[in-house]
Amino acid sequence: MADENLKKTPLNALEKELGGKMVDFGGWELPVQFGGILEEHAAVRERVGIFDVSHMGELTVRGTGALDLLQRATCNDVSKLEDGRAQYNGLLYPTGGFVDDILIYRNSRDGYFVVVNASNSDKDYEWIADLAKGADVEVKNVSADYAQLALQGPNAEALLQPMTDVALAPIKYYRFGTGNVDGAPAIVSRTGYTGEDGFEIYVAPEHGPRIMKKLIDAGAVPCGLGARDTLRLEAKMALYGNDIDHSTTPIEADLGWIVKTEKGDFMGRDVLEREKAEGPRRKLVGFEMIDRGIGRHGYPIVDGGQEIGVVTSGTHSPTLKKAIGLAYLPLDKSAPGTEFQVLIRGKETRARVVPTPFYKRPK
Amino acid sequence: MTTTAPEDNRYARSHEYVHVDGNVGTIGITEYAQKELGDVVFIELPQVGAQLEATDELGSIESVKAVSELFAPVTGEVVEVNELLRDKPELVNTDPYGDGWMIRIKLSDPTEVDELMSAEEYEEYIETESGH
Repeated sequence: MADENLKKTPLNALEKELGGKMVDFGGWELPVQFGGILEEHAAVRERVGIFDVSHMGELTVRGTGALDLLQRATCNDVSKLEDGRAQYNGLLYPTGGFVDDILIYRNSRDGYFVVVNASNSDKDYEWIADLAKGADVEVKNVSADYAQLALQGPNAEALLQPMTDVALAPIKYYRFGTGNVDGAPAIVSRTGYTGEDGFEIYVAPEHGPRIMKKLIDAGAVPCGLGARDTLRLEAKMALYGNDIDHSTTPIEADLGWIVKTEKGDFMGRDVLEREKAEGPRRKLVGFEMIDRGIGRHGYPIVDGGQEIGVVTSGTHSPTLKKAIGLAYLPLDKSAPGTEFQVLIRGKETRARVVPTPFYKRPK
Repeated sequence: MTTTAPEDNRYARSHEYVHVDGNVGTIGITEYAQKELGDVVFIELPQVGAQLEATDELGSIESVKAVSELFAPVTGEVVEVNELLRDKPELVNTDPYGDGWMIRIKLSDPTEVDELMSAEEYEEYIETESGH
């Protein structure tokens, strides 16, 4: 599976050495698994796993106009951020649809670090840079300057602390600190995409392999995209390109908690205000299969022979040991307990709406 | 490639094997196929009595990451289905040529298996398939 046209992260050689099964993920050569999805998934839920997420993009937004720019471009209230805190947010089109879902880190009132999805990084950069025209703000795409590692699982803090001078205990969920990790300047945030406690670590590319290797030697299990997907889906974290995209709004995607229409004007605000008031046409819900089978991305949902929706993500949940998924359904069919059929390779297969997240970590 | 396909089986390009014993063929998927699929969580198989034509779809196999179709490598009637797989689909991963077998077919035409690949031919075939 060696394809010279694929982009490679700084961890690529190490991953191959570790026996990673490499795949093409949106133009990046990344490991889908090492030992196996089920064992990697369990390692993150029970102990600690490490993921290479260096394909993610990073932008910096700096200047006296930075806050105003981010407020106009996104739906969450960036003014609520304090230094050292991160925020989940939606970068939106005027239609209310997603350009991307992003994390914004605040370094200072005039300095922000924005983490974006890999396949969207050029698009996001151009979109934000275009909105920045005429304002006192500088937008830079710094994606190539970072390797990003996600250390996830209940043992993440104990494993990482001996390797860093950043005091980890005071870094609560969605906060970050800066310092050194194994001697390399780093940003360390208590964030992740697994529903588990853990950290995301940003360092210069040349330090990535050494740090990943040390964390593995200390006990972190190398994990691939397969486990990343089952973990994030159990935690009901949206995947851009699957569950959300330009055609879906944060209200439809059940992300109303990141929509702060009272903050002032922003892209898509009128659409989202209307959806908040009148209810969206459709809603992203969690479901589990009643009949045997797995409803996967793109499978139609039918009710009484009529197509009423579509599955956006679906998998076997290793924690719950059943088939789960996310789907867009009409609002009046979205209440927990509602039954419907997923068309699995032409066969109507029963499923029901369930409350989400599917998995919530014990406190 | 460390896959070692048992010499006494015949192999289809769609990665099923047939082990022939008299006029009955035991069918499953190969070691290479189970590795490619990853953790198997659910297998849909035909009922005993079903008539299958060679290259017909005989069922499907769901791993955590994807669904794949299974194809009948030979023609005949299904005479036995591995019920163990209902509760332990992971047997396909751990023992594909043994306890992870899927169905047994009464062969309509025992010479049909000659059209399938030998172990050696199959090893060469997966070598080229995984090489790009």
